[in-house]
Amino acid sequence: MNIVVCVKQVPDTWSERTLKASDSTLDRDAADAIINELDEYAIEEGLRIAEAHEGAVTIFSMGPERAAESIRKALSMGADQAVHLVDGALAGSDVVGTSAAMAQVLSRIGFDLVILGCESTDARTGVIPAMLAERLGVPQLSYASKVEIDGSKITINRQADYGYDRVEATLPAVVSVVEKINEPRYPSFKGIMAAKKKPVQTWSVADIELDPAEVGLANAASEVVGFAKRPPRQAGTIVSDEGDGGTKAADFLASRKFI
Amino acid sequence: MAEILVLAEHDGEAVKKVTFELVTLARRFGEAAVVWTGPGAEAAQARLAEHGASKVYVAAGPEYDDYVVAPKAELLAELVKQKSPAAVLLPSTAECKEIGGRLAVKTGSGILTDVVGLTDDMTAEQLIFGGAINVQAKVRTGTPIIAVRPNAIAPEPAEGAATIEPVSVTISDVARQVKVLERVVQQGGARPELTEASIVVSGGRGVGSADNMALIEKLADSLGAAVGASRAVTDAGWYPHQFQVGQTGKTVSPQLYVAVGISGAIQHRAGMQTSKTIMVVNKDPEAPIFELADFGVVGDLFKVVPQLVEEIEKRTN
Repeated sequence: MNIVVCVKQVPDTWSERTLKASDSTLDRDAADAIINELDEYAIEEGLRIAEAHEGAVTIFSMGPERAAESIRKALSMGADQAVHLVDGALAGSDVVGTSAAMAQVLSRIGFDLVILGCESTDARTGVIPAMLAERLGVPQLSYASKVEIDGSKITINRQADYGYDRVEATLPAVVSVVEKINEPRYPSFKGIMAAKKKPVQTWSVADIELDPAEVGLANAASEVVGFAKRPPRQAGTIVSDEGDGGTKAADFLASRKFI
Repeated sequence: MAEILVLAEHDGEAVKKVTFELVTLARRFGEAAVVWTGPGAEAAQARLAEHGASKVYVAAGPEYDDYVVAPKAELLAELVKQKSPAAVLLPSTAECKEIGGRLAVKTGSGILTDVVGLTDDMTAEQLIFGGAINVQAKVRTGTPIIAVRPNAIAPEPAEGAATIEPVSVTISDVARQVKVLERVVQQGGARPELTEASIVVSGGRGVGSADNMALIEKLADSLGAAVGASRAVTDAGWYPHQFQVGQTGKTVSPQLYVAVGISGAIQHRAGMQTSKTIMVVNKDPEAPIFELADFGVVGDLFKVVPQLVEEIEKRTN
């Protein structure tokens, strides 16, 4: 089985994240860069499925040069090879352009299964898995907390507000995962050493025969016209419980008309 | 006047409050035309009219419930073609954002998610990085597809006809690729839905066990609130994962957020710090969550919360 796991490099939530004043795009240099956390669950699920179904895992990342670090990490977890789509023309792409470029790469790699995190921790739009399925014309199996494959049949638990839906489709498919699905492995020393020798192909927009007018900041279907840091919240009232903490909390709720 | 399509969110019986919020917002830009899939439109018609909806396009077929996401996107794409609306508004929930994403591809349009407000020229206000930065953004290609966060807009009554117009769209085989076998309802029951709730009560590591989450539920029920949980709680299996509030869970923005036994790591704050009012109960006075608190009690939650529940019940009965 041919499994492609999409990995996004994102700024670490623990560092200060901001936009660039010049073009309102993400300031990637201002923060530490890591693999989008939910994509680690996608890698783990890809590896588990490959182990159970005699598959190979290809990591695919679209992003600047620096994303090569995240690709190495994914390879050190056990993936077999990688494709890195890197091109200045891609910078500032919105979800429409990003999904177009990703779909183009995925069709060229070829796949039985595409797996990715259900959203990224930076943009948090959560729309890319659905847009990829739409563009590729394959089933959208998103928000998976469990994946079962039997031949060409794939069944997932799709997380919902009320619980989950059991949904079924036929491969090939796009699967997005939630963190409940598994516990990602740590790269072993052996894995880290092996990753250095694994093949990584670097592709440009021209390599994938994508029309440059479909991607990039200038061609985005939406634009950021302004941004500002939100003012910090005003300091509130903090009391120590001296046997009346609950009563005081109730007084506060009453003063704000919540009760 | 141009139409604004509003995708209704409902469970076949009750209309979700966010639908009225979107209808209210839509009226500022044109005629609010609600798009209703599956059964229940007749029962909802009066309430949609009370909020100023002019039309309700009803696609009553079973395929919208039997297959995941894609049929609704196809329906909306067809309506965009037929009605040339000035915009499509959807709730910024997991599933509706996916519908919007597919619609954006189908119609060659831009999409904005997690929108909390719109100016008169349809510039959208968004909060990013867990509410740390306000962004103004605009769709510049196609029909603007705008996913608006529940609780961002106050629903306002207005008179509308809410005329029901049945629509019939043939759903393609490609849109029937993912079949729903079973819907499994785990918890929540009578409580409001987490992202929609006006009040959310969340428990964290300090709650200590799955059994003790009953205390959080009790406080939530006394306030008519939804229950949330920090990642520590869902990772430990004390509460189902879909109730996680935070960076890798749900983002909530209720009128009141009560954080109990939650220290307030960035992971959690990213999902709740845009709440209008925040109340905290935690025994550690150094817990970073207190930085966000409008009101905080430093104390043992097992003493403070039962007393709070008792006081609320006393004052509301």
